[in-house]
Amino acid sequence: MSGASSDASSLANPRELDLGLPVSYLGEGHSVASWLFTTDHKRIAILYALSITFFFFIGGAAATLVRLELFTPQGDVVGADHYNKLFSLHGIVMVWFFLIPSIPTTMGNFLLPLMIGARDLAFPKLNLISWYLNIAGGLLTLAAVLAGGIDTGWTFYVPYSTVFSNTFVTLAVLGVFVSGFSTIATGVNFIATVHYLRAPGMTWFRLPLFVWSMYTTSLIFVLATPVLALTLILVIAERTFGLPIFDPARGGDPILFQHLFWFYSHPAVYIMILPAMGVISEVITCYARRRIFGYSFMVYALVAIAVIGFFTWGHHMFTSGMSPFAALVFSFLSFIVAVPSAIKVFNWTATLYRGQIGFESPMLYGLGFLGLFTMGGLTGLFLASVPIDVHVQDTYFVVAHFHYIMVGASVSAYFAGLHFWWPKVTGRMYPESWARFAALLMFFGFNLTFFPQFIAGYLGMPRRYYAYPPEFQVWNVLSSSGAAVLAVAYLMPLGYLTWSLFFGARALNDPWNASGLEWRTTSPPPRQNFFGNPQVLAPPYDYHPEATPPGDEPRIAEEGALT
Amino acid sequence: MLDLLIPSFLRPDSASVQAAKVDAIFIGLLLISSAILLVVIGLVVTFAIRFRRGSAAKRGALPNIVSREFEIGWTAATLFVFVFWWAASIEIGAYSAPKNAIEIHVVGKQWMWKTQGPSGTREINELHVPVGAPVRLLLTSQDVIHAFYVPAFRLKRDALPYQQTETWFQATKTGTYHLLCTEYCGTDHSRMLGRVIVMEPQDYARWLTRQPERDGLADLGERLFSERGCSGCHAAGSKVHAPSLAGIWGQSVPLEGGRTASVDEAYIRDSILQPQRDVVAGYEPIMPSYEGKLSDGEIQALTAYLRHGTDRFDLIGSLNLAPADNICAPGQTPQDGTANQTLRSPALVPGAPVSGETPQ
Repeated sequence: MSGASSDASSLANPRELDLGLPVSYLGEGHSVASWLFTTDHKRIAILYALSITFFFFIGGAAATLVRLELFTPQGDVVGADHYNKLFSLHGIVMVWFFLIPSIPTTMGNFLLPLMIGARDLAFPKLNLISWYLNIAGGLLTLAAVLAGGIDTGWTFYVPYSTVFSNTFVTLAVLGVFVSGFSTIATGVNFIATVHYLRAPGMTWFRLPLFVWSMYTTSLIFVLATPVLALTLILVIAERTFGLPIFDPARGGDPILFQHLFWFYSHPAVYIMILPAMGVISEVITCYARRRIFGYSFMVYALVAIAVIGFFTWGHHMFTSGMSPFAALVFSFLSFIVAVPSAIKVFNWTATLYRGQIGFESPMLYGLGFLGLFTMGGLTGLFLASVPIDVHVQDTYFVVAHFHYIMVGASVSAYFAGLHFWWPKVTGRMYPESWARFAALLMFFGFNLTFFPQFIAGYLGMPRRYYAYPPEFQVWNVLSSSGAAVLAVAYLMPLGYLTWSLFFGARALNDPWNASGLEWRTTSPPPRQNFFGNPQVLAPPYDYHPEATPPGDEPRIAEEGALT
Repeated sequence: MLDLLIPSFLRPDSASVQAAKVDAIFIGLLLISSAILLVVIGLVVTFAIRFRRGSAAKRGALPNIVSREFEIGWTAATLFVFVFWWAASIEIGAYSAPKNAIEIHVVGKQWMWKTQGPSGTREINELHVPVGAPVRLLLTSQDVIHAFYVPAFRLKRDALPYQQTETWFQATKTGTYHLLCTEYCGTDHSRMLGRVIVMEPQDYARWLTRQPERDGLADLGERLFSERGCSGCHAAGSKVHAPSLAGIWGQSVPLEGGRTASVDEAYIRDSILQPQRDVVAGYEPIMPSYEGKLSDGEIQALTAYLRHGTDRFDLIGSLNLAPADNICAPGQTPQDGTANQTLRSPALVPGAPVSGETPQ
């Protein structure tokens, strides 16, 4: 990547003034060491982008084999044990090494300082360490896979994982444990950055919603991940040293594990969706040319989701023998946490009203997000209703629901952001028509893959079955065909975005005529992010004069002026 | 209502009192959420078309009605709808079984279901119940967590090791229904299947009387099973990695090299005399041959035991615990000795020859 953009500091548009600027962050050193030992938040974001892309395709390959096996009711492609290892690999890699780090560590790392007018994150070295922790965790988990795999599912339920499984559980769990420290470090870093490094005039209620989403996500990182670390250490202790904690044969309680695990893992769902909400808020405002509707409500909604999300974990355990009254309380709280999410959907929709809506690829992903997130959220309310949950818990209904949220919504937002900020990050434009085609294909492929799973689930098909009763085949065939479409749609950006690094047109500093501070510097930005000292004079999303006078820092939009 | 709204191929079998209630709630939620989804998608599409870049639609400042109050309004409305939704789906009464319910004990085990009715009838991967009578299930597990799921009854409950959970249903339609395990439990999770057979009461009564007793041969086999050391490896909870034989009769097992074998007299005999020949996939060929060490009669007894009796063996024998050492209710400290025979899991008690005093 460094070679591709070696002269990225040269001007994209000959009409832009040559101000004798220093080279961009990409031009500051081309050696491998200059990347591996960098403390530049932008370069670390690129390192993360490479590692999560790698893990995304590993997890994707496992999912492909899973869907291939499910094409027929008999177990014919792989054996039972292999299938169990494949879906475990898919879950573990996708959750901990793709989804959780995805938006925060790439776009968050790259954009958070730029959006608030800072030179870097508060702790640049910690930022680099967190990448190494993430890689170390990922490699430990991959080592477990190469050694023979792990078959517990991504949930590591005891006593199966601690007493009964004959696979490499300890190694994989250790990998997840180590990577947890990476997210904690990132969370601490982001919180400190938002508190201390905001540019003059960037008050809390002038922060772009993406920054708010990073801030609230970081709170969850810092508060929830230690609980996961503790739980995983206990699993390792029981499995390796025979410490009886969860093993019921020795007085332990397997349900305790579920409480601890979901106390982290339910907020972890919000770790995956809050950043996506942040990205979508930036994208929709830019392509609708509108201020966000109800900015303060959008902020409160993010905070409310982050806080209430900590109190809903019990809805994963309605069938575990929980007291019916506890179940009703968790059910109630799960409905309450849906209210701020609904508010956000209404506000995004209202933002479109009286806009000047363009359908560039980031916006296509963004509109797709709106539909898929609404669908995923509403089906979540089915699962929050105790009697319905008793029927569909651990069936494909649940699988479909969380894929609508984590893949439909989160990954759509990831691609929206990736295309939106691609010119800023790389200094190159991608081929727009390819990108639009991929966005539409992804939406279509996604629905074909996962909608039939709602039906299969309601009809009673359990998850984690490698062979299944033949009456479910029609839904699985639909789903597997959708997965093939989806695989193509995910491979396309890999192709055309890589192509654009070498052959794409040079990007303007502000190709979308967007309002954020990150567009007030060169594409790609210099090492120190800004020339001069940015000052913020107006609220975010200043796309049109309304109630407040226009008056961000001076700006010649078409020419991509500098602060 | 369900029949009108949803075509039959989208409707799972509905064969219990609970199923009808769950379906009614489901339809209600489906209507509410479809309405919300249609409003959102409708607005997004309408706005996207009407306010596309360069269209002639009127723009400018938002009308006064779209204000902060508007936002508070739809927040309150959403809250109201969701709380209503929550309240509508409360089924407090559904949690406790009627007093006169038939009690069935269910034990989950890798990878089979064992059920035991009130009169001591034992079944493997099957459960016969009469139509129209409430049935209370008391569930436990011998190893990992399983979940007892009958889609046609909209019924699911986890079976937890060393703990008891319970649930109940009342079948409304005779027939044979899927029984599935829905909590991932290892290699053959997807083969941990069974059938629930709902019968007319008189058929059920007839079926009860036909249940076979175990014969003396199987009892002899059970004794041999432990005397000759079979149980050292093949009992549940053994440290040696050997296939469990519980409920294996008549099943098809995967062998090395992708073949399968059906478990019958010949296979059992071969496996005892030439254990290296057809090794079950995933296991080391560590078993020694019993050629010359067991007489034909003894092999027959073992075979009879595997055919009839492993359920009994597994229920009681494999859980050969001094319960107080192993099972603690919260706050209870473990005591030593065998005097206290209180089994925490009553699924092990009915009809079983519990030695020692009656529980407390």
